[in-house]
Amino acid sequence: MIVAKPKPVEEVIESVSGFDRILLVGCNECVTVCEAGGRKEVGVLASALRMHFMNQGRNVQIDEVTLERQCDREYLEEIRNRIDQYGAVLSLACGVGVQFMAETYFQTPVLPGVDTCFMGVTEERGLWSERCQGCGQCVLARTGGICPVSRCAKRLFNGPCGGSTRGKCELSKDLECAWQLIIDRLTELGRLDDYEELAPIKDWSTERAGGPRRVEREDVRQ
Amino acid sequence: MSDVKTPSKLEKVLASGHQAVTSECGPPRGSDAGEIRNKAEMIRDHVDAVNITDNQTSVTRLCSLASCIHLKSMGIEPVLQMVVRDRNRIALQSDILGAASFDICNILCLSGDHQAFGDNAQGQNVFDIDSMQLIQTVRRMRDEGRFLGGDEIHRPPRMFVGAAANPFADPFEIRVPRLAKKVAAGAEFIQTQCIYNLEKFEQWMAQARDRGLHEKVAILAGVTPLKSAGMAKYMKNRVPGMDVPDEVVKRMSGVAKEKQAQEGIDICVETIQRLKEVEGVRGFHVMAIEWEQKVPEIVERSGLHPRPELD
Repeated sequence: MIVAKPKPVEEVIESVSGFDRILLVGCNECVTVCEAGGRKEVGVLASALRMHFMNQGRNVQIDEVTLERQCDREYLEEIRNRIDQYGAVLSLACGVGVQFMAETYFQTPVLPGVDTCFMGVTEERGLWSERCQGCGQCVLARTGGICPVSRCAKRLFNGPCGGSTRGKCELSKDLECAWQLIIDRLTELGRLDDYEELAPIKDWSTERAGGPRRVEREDVRQ
Repeated sequence: MSDVKTPSKLEKVLASGHQAVTSECGPPRGSDAGEIRNKAEMIRDHVDAVNITDNQTSVTRLCSLASCIHLKSMGIEPVLQMVVRDRNRIALQSDILGAASFDICNILCLSGDHQAFGDNAQGQNVFDIDSMQLIQTVRRMRDEGRFLGGDEIHRPPRMFVGAAANPFADPFEIRVPRLAKKVAAGAEFIQTQCIYNLEKFEQWMAQARDRGLHEKVAILAGVTPLKSAGMAKYMKNRVPGMDVPDEVVKRMSGVAKEKQAQEGIDICVETIQRLKEVEGVRGFHVMAIEWEQKVPEIVERSGLHPRPELD
């Protein structure tokens, strides 16, 4: 999923303080799972904002809605008949949802309520970690199912750097060395000899380096 | 003399069967070339070549290439260290050509420390290719006379290609396979991480010999004299991938503060003397960090002076 974390409430307050009518929009997908922008978080943030403005003696209307997704036009359409009532939308979706909302409602300011972090997993409640950077050309078959692009701080393709110590990355004792994990897994699979194969120089044109990307599939298009 | 592929003096020294001696100098944090020239001047008669570090520990410094050019103009043979952290494949190939245009003929291919350790922790990194692939890149440019993109290079670089190896980092079981990989990628010489744990290094060398790697690549053992017990403890506890055994720390702590520097030099000399006898150790890389003036003493006492005069 796409992992996000709530923006500091002070930052949110500053960004919405110029508006009197605000629609707070949650998303029922990834940001719900990572507890950053679902129905529950929308409710908590709305209460905090109401309290803040009340203490300031300001009458600010804050309404709440949570859509099934903000990365699909059909769900964004659900607020079309009421969008004009609001001075701004505060979206708790990931950066994708915020942008699609802004594209859909061109005349309404759309502000982000979360910081979008990465594509990752829930390791345990309250702990999420990165697994994929969407490089567009998956190498996991070669690396024991562990990604050197997203999990090695130097995205090395041919093994650990000299900083790997006791299974940890040189960056932090809390960070596992991706290549230690790869070696452990290749060993487990009886494929450690694969390690000595030199990895070809990567074609980064399918990654961010190639410019904004699109996937276009004739087999799916109608 | 067996066949050499480049005009590198380091390559010639190794090919003639001598144990080579290299050292390294860190460029200054400013544009005064005098600083790098002075450091190099202190060691010029005691080494075959001098590595110039490339923004080591990710702290911004005068660039390695310009520093190498200064050394070259003094008649000292530089080893251009190049990390893949800061430059993509265009910039790397371009800098290799730039170095070759000054007839700089040694290169050490490295990953580079992560920028989080340096003075620009908020900066972007590149890591377009890795150190292994940089070795392949230089060899392709030299041996095939072609850029990575396939186009022909007019006057290809003639560089003796080196890489680093850390026998002490984890996981230990792939340290020798990793060396084998660097050799397969085209590394012709290796400079190792500083050695304090001699047993572990010798174990690594034995494994390398088992695979015949010592005959395919010239391994230069890395040594760094400790200045103080504090430095020994710091290296032991704070520097990733460094293995300083307790005995070494104890030995440094066991002498009076004003004598610790001398003790550090003694340990360094003893290390070289012991490793000189290890089959497959083809020379030494003496990294006296901001302590270049001690290199002559270390080299002389280790019996590695005078350096061979080759034409």
